[in-house]
Amino acid sequence: MSQSPPNVSASRTEPAWVRRLLIGIALVFLALFLFIPLVSVFFEAFKKGWEVYVASISEPDALSAIVLTLTAAVIAVPLNLVFGVSAAWAIAKFDFRGKSVLLTLIDLPFSVSPVIAGLVYVLVFGLQGWWGEWLRDHDLKVIFAVPGIVLATIFVTFPFIARELIPLMQAQGQEQEEAARVLGASGWQTFFKVTLPNVKWALLYGVILCNARAMGEFGAVSVVSGHIRGQTNTLPLHIEILYNEYQFAASFAVASILASLALVTLVLKFIVERQVRQELAQVKDVGVPA
Amino acid sequence: MIFSKTLLRKPSVLPGFDLALGLTLMYLTLIVLVPLSATFLKTFTMTWPAFWEAVASPRVVASYKLTFGASLAAAVVNAVFGLLVAWVLVRYEFFGKRIVDALVDLPFALPTAVAGITLTGLYAGNGWIGQYLEPLGLKVAFTPIGVFVAMTFIGLPFVVRTVQPVLEDLAAELEEASATLGASRLQTFTKVILPILTPALLTGFALAFARALGEYGSIIFIAGNMPMVSEITPLLIITKLEQYDYQGATAIAVVMLMMSFVMLLAINALQAWTRQRQGK
Repeated sequence: MSQSPPNVSASRTEPAWVRRLLIGIALVFLALFLFIPLVSVFFEAFKKGWEVYVASISEPDALSAIVLTLTAAVIAVPLNLVFGVSAAWAIAKFDFRGKSVLLTLIDLPFSVSPVIAGLVYVLVFGLQGWWGEWLRDHDLKVIFAVPGIVLATIFVTFPFIARELIPLMQAQGQEQEEAARVLGASGWQTFFKVTLPNVKWALLYGVILCNARAMGEFGAVSVVSGHIRGQTNTLPLHIEILYNEYQFAASFAVASILASLALVTLVLKFIVERQVRQELAQVKDVGVPA
Repeated sequence: MIFSKTLLRKPSVLPGFDLALGLTLMYLTLIVLVPLSATFLKTFTMTWPAFWEAVASPRVVASYKLTFGASLAAAVVNAVFGLLVAWVLVRYEFFGKRIVDALVDLPFALPTAVAGITLTGLYAGNGWIGQYLEPLGLKVAFTPIGVFVAMTFIGLPFVVRTVQPVLEDLAAELEEASATLGASRLQTFTKVILPILTPALLTGFALAFARALGEYGSIIFIAGNMPMVSEITPLLIITKLEQYDYQGATAIAVVMLMMSFVMLLAINALQAWTRQRQGK
């Protein structure tokens, strides 16, 4: 995206005033919708000074929200990682019936509203749901408890890693793995010594995106959480509670943690994206026979 | 062994097909398919009049109109400005271009609740932006316009990121030929460049539209959530759930799911068209 300026001939560009005008309009649009909101999060967070800021993010309810958010991400991301890798292995390395249906189904959670993602688990595990009475009889809680939050998080982040790996592994083909097998490597050796090094950046890229969404999810988690302070509140839900109680400075202080996380995500994404492109470019240069 | 015998089109020397596909299908079924099917099974227990009552009452219909209309408006704005941003990022050089390029993904990375309270603060009557709009008689926060603003924010990266790669791959010869044959720059853009970009542009538009339809977190803070006026459909699902009206909530969810499936199919078709145009 940031190549050196293309050596554009006069017939491929516009007069200077048109260029400046277009750049100007684009920047004003982006300023209104991206830069100003980003700056204002931090401005509002520190409006009442450091002390209020530190107090808002270190009070027990905020800390327990941080812990729960991290817990959900720590469970959801590795599970989706294992799923993403096995889905990509099956789809990219083998030719089988029903592959395109499978691909569409993997993308499904992206097109479902987060609110519905939460609702479906209420229908299955809620007190009125399929397993509601069984869970109650065995003294287990899924909805309005941590397992529900984890499940909802897994659902909304389901496709992230798979959809980064699949196109790359499809482009890479299976010649290298086949060569490794012929030379006597076992299946797992082939996977860990040939496949995994070839896709490590794309894998990391998927993990970064998956993690950002897992920590920031609001709608789905909101439905299954029950909003019990100090117990089933994630960071985004904590922001909502503070905001609805008119504790704006505290709300923005907690929001600034997540905004910082978003910025870190963007920086990592920027760095890793180049590496992913190189991984893909290597495929093209080596010229894997089609 | 069951998958490799039944589904595999040709045998492979690589191992692990059964394990990988088995794991994938099991996880997909448990996490996505079974829970999603619960919505449909739940609505089958409803009588037809009860279902209709739940999905077509005036308050629900008003929410469809708002959700649909605002999503459409936001996707149109994102198509126009997304094309412009992609063009500027690919074709021109300016100070801070790389940072701008990286920041375009902010709506993907910023949690929706953060976006929601931030936009509300900015567009409220005393906010940084709202204070200039309110004297003009334009109220944004706590009105349907606020819904549109939040939807524009969360859909912003889609068009930029679908158009950008196509624009980067555009062959210089086409534009040069067009200029040699006497076309003005504007003619070259509308008759040569734009038709090539159309599939990608439509894909980005459809993705932004689909995302806006289901969006919840960034909207509820800025919308004001007045019944019949500024209440989006996902919020109605939550309202019904809080009243323990599980059937009503599920019925509306099924209508939304059907819309999502239609959008998913449309997006798949558009993406296939984009690839075909690019000759990949």
